[in-house]
Amino acid sequence: MPLIQYREALRHAMAEELLRDPNVVIMGEEVAQFNGAYKVTEGLLEKFGPKRIVDTPISEAGFIGMGIGASMLGIRPVIELMFWSFYSVAFDQILNNAANVRYMSGGLINCPIVIRGPANGGTNVGATHSHTPEAICAAHPGIKVVCPATAYDAKGLLKSAIRDNDPVMFMENTMLYGDKGEVPDEEYLIPLGQADIKRLGTDLTIVAHGRAVLNALAAAQLLEQEHDISVEVVDLRTIRPLDEATVLASVRKTHRVLLVDENKPFCGVGAQLAYMIQDQAFDDLDAPIKRVSAVDAPSIYSPPMEIEQLPNPQRILKAALAVMN
Amino acid sequence: MNLRPAVLIALDFPANRPTLDGPVTKKSSPTAETNADPAASGHARAPVNAKLSADAKIDLYRQMVRIRRFEERSLRAYQGKKIGGFLHLYVGQEAVAVGCCSLMGPNDHVITAYRDHGHALAVGMEMNPLMAELYGKATGCSKGKGGSMHFFDPSRNYWGGHGIVGGQIPLGTGIAYALKYKGLRGACLAFMGDGAVNQGAVHESYNLAALWQLPVIFVIENNGYSMGTSQARSSAGDLARRAESYGMDWGVFDGHDVYEVRAGLDKFLERARNESKPSVLEVRTYRYRGHSVADPDNTYRTKVEIEEYRRTKDPIQVFQNLLLAEGVLDEARVAQIDAAARAEADVSADFAEASPYPTVEDIQKDIYWEEDHPAEKKSQGRIFFD
Repeated sequence: MPLIQYREALRHAMAEELLRDPNVVIMGEEVAQFNGAYKVTEGLLEKFGPKRIVDTPISEAGFIGMGIGASMLGIRPVIELMFWSFYSVAFDQILNNAANVRYMSGGLINCPIVIRGPANGGTNVGATHSHTPEAICAAHPGIKVVCPATAYDAKGLLKSAIRDNDPVMFMENTMLYGDKGEVPDEEYLIPLGQADIKRLGTDLTIVAHGRAVLNALAAAQLLEQEHDISVEVVDLRTIRPLDEATVLASVRKTHRVLLVDENKPFCGVGAQLAYMIQDQAFDDLDAPIKRVSAVDAPSIYSPPMEIEQLPNPQRILKAALAVMN
Repeated sequence: MNLRPAVLIALDFPANRPTLDGPVTKKSSPTAETNADPAASGHARAPVNAKLSADAKIDLYRQMVRIRRFEERSLRAYQGKKIGGFLHLYVGQEAVAVGCCSLMGPNDHVITAYRDHGHALAVGMEMNPLMAELYGKATGCSKGKGGSMHFFDPSRNYWGGHGIVGGQIPLGTGIAYALKYKGLRGACLAFMGDGAVNQGAVHESYNLAALWQLPVIFVIENNGYSMGTSQARSSAGDLARRAESYGMDWGVFDGHDVYEVRAGLDKFLERARNESKPSVLEVRTYRYRGHSVADPDNTYRTKVEIEEYRRTKDPIQVFQNLLLAEGVLDEARVAQIDAAARAEADVSADFAEASPYPTVEDIQKDIYWEEDHPAEKKSQGRIFFD
């Protein structure tokens, strides 16, 4: 099976959907002529031309709102945010228009847009460029939120997201773009709302999404080798809709849970999961639910400190040992 | 504490606001002490108006009367506690929606802000579902889920009804983008008030429309006030003229005479449809009522000003006089149209009153397309987190 980069997996997904549906349009800053700030859309302009691959000015509220308006008439824009951090300049368009227009019209309208781009810290780009707004977005009924951790998941989920008739917020990671994974040539789709067990285990459940999944897997390796603890890693893949069943089945098996994500603690994804697990699996728990979040501060620049701020494997290991004791 | 000054504050109109002196009037009918002299309305002779049949002219008049009576009936309903939240009345501005929407072709679309009842009626929505929506009933045009600010009818190319000032303008730009993408010969009329022109999203939309030559006409319904803040206290420079800096065509005209609205819009609409050229239009109009029902309307303008407009520029009176002089209308017909509009509005209130509310189960419908179409749903997992 071919081994391709996460960014190539995304590119292939877009190319396949561009071929399949003439209403799909890719738009964003530097997506066309520049080949993409992170080379995700490299080559697409040459293949599909400027009507399908559109360079926008720096105008997020304008071009995201424009994409939402166009989607009401059946265009299916796949809009790139160079950094998901920039969503806040288009907050009103995303979370008042895309999320609400269907409801406020009593179901007469739908907005089949995808907004995609990297949502992550870890690259020393500072507080305004390192946001991970999946929980904030997921707090708004009307939109869906997807966070793939691997090349395989990225391709299958992006294709599903583009075909989805609701607005989908698709959050990638610049630190994952170069990661290689096995991705079949044949077409496949991964449904939204389906988690994936990335590692089977029996003693502890770690629930994570995005790059935190890879850090959790690294910590799980150490926990097994050095502490004889068998860790099951559940990759949520989608935040909203949420695969509660897979999470709960794992919790009922291991009886101990550690939640890991890159969000800041207050009302991060882990907060919602903790409520859900104690509500539905209280009697299955042998220990309180613990989590590893980003340290609760704006994202720091200083490179070695940013590593400490994020849920790195060492922090996850320490927290896992605490849950086990 | 009564904050109203003992002496009326001089009104801070900028130079380009309509003057309070109406045009020179001739007594052409018993009721027309004031309003426009029909002979002076060159706009009636503009090709887009000259070709109108008598019935079409009567229909324009009737649409304005219907809007007026619907608004008045909804105000009474609000005062009777049948309607909650916001109610932004279109009274005084009727010629703008009716004039603009009357020029719509099959591929033209409309989007507006929250003062949307006039546009909804002007594109052909019926009073019953509109009034029921105001009452929050399940028979409302948005099933009671939107309210006054959120009337929609995609089947009539009408895309709302939006509450955030200026938030609808990028959407309107997107509608135009879709029309151009699909190769359709049409335009989007994206309405906003004079208070919206300073929102960032509006400037971004101007740039995108001009850069990509999208068939959108940004129509600024300038009624002189954004809530209680006059144009002079809000906006630097002239409103539509800002289009020049984006290389867009622009125009300014009065919105009291529906003939003038049609004549003013027509060439910009043709340019949008045929050449995909965007433009910015400022239409000078006026609202008799406050910004919304919550506005006591006693802090920023005088009753004299409102009365002056009513006396000299009322769009219904202006057009009535014109059509009476043309012989298209007579007094009996005027009375009949008015009675019918009042009756229609009353019937809609009865309909709304008798209609059921949505149920608790309805609260979580019409959110996700997939949830509303379970046979075609592909996603899994939990979507609502109660």
